[in-house]
Amino acid sequence: MRYLYVGATEEVDRDALAAVSERVAMQFGLPVRGMELGSLGFAFDAGRAQYGSIPVLEMLLRRCPEDADKLLAVTERDLFIPVLTFVFGQAQLGGRVGVVSLARLRQEFYGLAANPEVFLKRAYKEALHEAGHLFGLVHCAERNCAMSLATTVRQIDLKDDAFCAPCAARLRRHPGGANV
Amino acid sequence: MKSHWQILVVDDEEIMCESLAAWLREDGYGVDTASSGREALEKSRLKDFAIYFVDLKMPGGMDGIETMMQIRRLRPEASIIIITAYATVDTAITAMKEGAQEYIVKPCNPEEISLLVNRIIKVKNLQRENTILRKKLTRQYSVHDVISKNPRMREIMNLATDVASLRSTVLIQGESGTGKELVARALHNSGDRADKPFVAVSCAALAETLLESELFGHEKGAFTGAVAQRIGRFEEANQGTIFLDEIADMSSHLQAKLLRVTQDGRFTRVGSNKELQTNARILAATNRILEDQVKAGHFREDLFYRLNVFELNIPPLRERPEDILPLANAFIVEFSQGRARFSPSVAAGLERYSWPGNVRELRNAMERAALLGRGELILPEHLPARVRAAAESAPAREPGEAERLGEIERQAIIQALRKHDFNRTETAKALGISRRALLYKLQRFRELGYPVDPV
Repeated sequence: MRYLYVGATEEVDRDALAAVSERVAMQFGLPVRGMELGSLGFAFDAGRAQYGSIPVLEMLLRRCPEDADKLLAVTERDLFIPVLTFVFGQAQLGGRVGVVSLARLRQEFYGLAANPEVFLKRAYKEALHEAGHLFGLVHCAERNCAMSLATTVRQIDLKDDAFCAPCAARLRRHPGGANV
Repeated sequence: MKSHWQILVVDDEEIMCESLAAWLREDGYGVDTASSGREALEKSRLKDFAIYFVDLKMPGGMDGIETMMQIRRLRPEASIIIITAYATVDTAITAMKEGAQEYIVKPCNPEEISLLVNRIIKVKNLQRENTILRKKLTRQYSVHDVISKNPRMREIMNLATDVASLRSTVLIQGESGTGKELVARALHNSGDRADKPFVAVSCAALAETLLESELFGHEKGAFTGAVAQRIGRFEEANQGTIFLDEIADMSSHLQAKLLRVTQDGRFTRVGSNKELQTNARILAATNRILEDQVKAGHFREDLFYRLNVFELNIPPLRERPEDILPLANAFIVEFSQGRARFSPSVAAGLERYSWPGNVRELRNAMERAALLGRGELILPEHLPARVRAAAESAPAREPGEAERLGEIERQAIIQALRKHDFNRTETAKALGISRRALLYKLQRFRELGYPVDPV
């Protein structure tokens, strides 16, 4: 039996994690298992006060369980890659591991009042997006599709928490693909 | 998918290279990386990259600017984006002067990179489309590409080559469908105005007043409905060529106005007194004999001589039967992407028909045949009925007795086939021959292009 693992770093909000796991399980129709990932301290960059997403992906590859088809990690830490100021998440295209950061999905990050509903919606969409990359999907030009590229929360809010028809079809054709 | 565009990321820091490459791959582009200027050049020789991200600071002799200059020599059409962590105005200026398209300071906002790449790709797509369309246009309409083996046509095309670069007006006469506009376009494309506008106006398509404002433009309020100023076709065609089709249908009032333009290029917009000047070259065409129109008093004699500096008379297709097959072949290749061919009976039939609609009729017939024949073997039944009828009713020569006998046999077999719904066993029985013999004969008929299979 192959599982879709959803890993959590130590600081992750457990309610958010449960909601994301449930949503991903529903979307991909694969059995989902949880996994504790501990701290991301090793990936901390003091100069930028952020966490490098590449060392995180490397760690995930080392720890990816035998029976895992894919491992998607969820963290509260703010992630970056060297060339960019931040990333909402990163995944190996068609690979095994990916990570989603919740840090910039909260209204509080932008100095606004907390809104758990908005936050959870964003978390689903970004989890779907990174998982889509794991199943070989690239960015979609359809602005409503979960696979469209969002570089601001506003763009995340504008898209649906679902794949457009062509992306869903591509997903079905992906080897070992999801039952969407 | 946008993945046909290839991107190369050049940076000595592996992690920088890989992280940017991974980010761009998620966007669906083909991305490669190089850790030095030298490696970048090596990879550029093997692959056609459209966009380069080049780090400014790289060790080992070749820095970003040097790398960029070498890449530009190798791939002048590629777009180069300089990346640097050390933002100074000086390096930015140097980079842009040496031809970098953009300049980004790392770490940069993810939105910036995506917008940048999207913008560049959009321009590249337009450029590619433009190149393809341009090639298509010049390929289709250059004087040297006019297909003809007819000596009169060759003579006309030689004259056309000679006059292509002149400013003189040319009168193109020929029956409907002989390709007068194509000749006009060929003249334009083969001359030194090729990169300037070619504007075609049909003088028969519009009422007199509309044609006047179409040709010369009008001022706001010149007539009811003239809600804004409009520039005319003569202004549009300035420096280029204006092609006046069906010139014989022009009213005498407009003939007078046109005469003025042919003399010194001067004209006025409708509703204006201000004289304007145009440098457009005038090509005119008609399917009537313009000289007869002059004699009958329908066309101004002075304008006739103005337009008739050079005269190209395109013969109708029936007067140059040697061109039918080469033209038909060229059209069928165009419409079937090179796959279709004619059965022998089709080729003979095409040559027998008189083609009153000339090349246009032939072209349309070939478009239809390519469709009906599904781009493979073109059989007589794929031709329009009138072409088929002409081919069948007027044999080129008296057939010999053996041929006549063969024809009788063929007709008997085809009739029997139809009667038995193309069932071979029953047909053979009815004809009193073996099934094997029937199949053999059918195969021969098929090769000759006769319809022996159910449609």
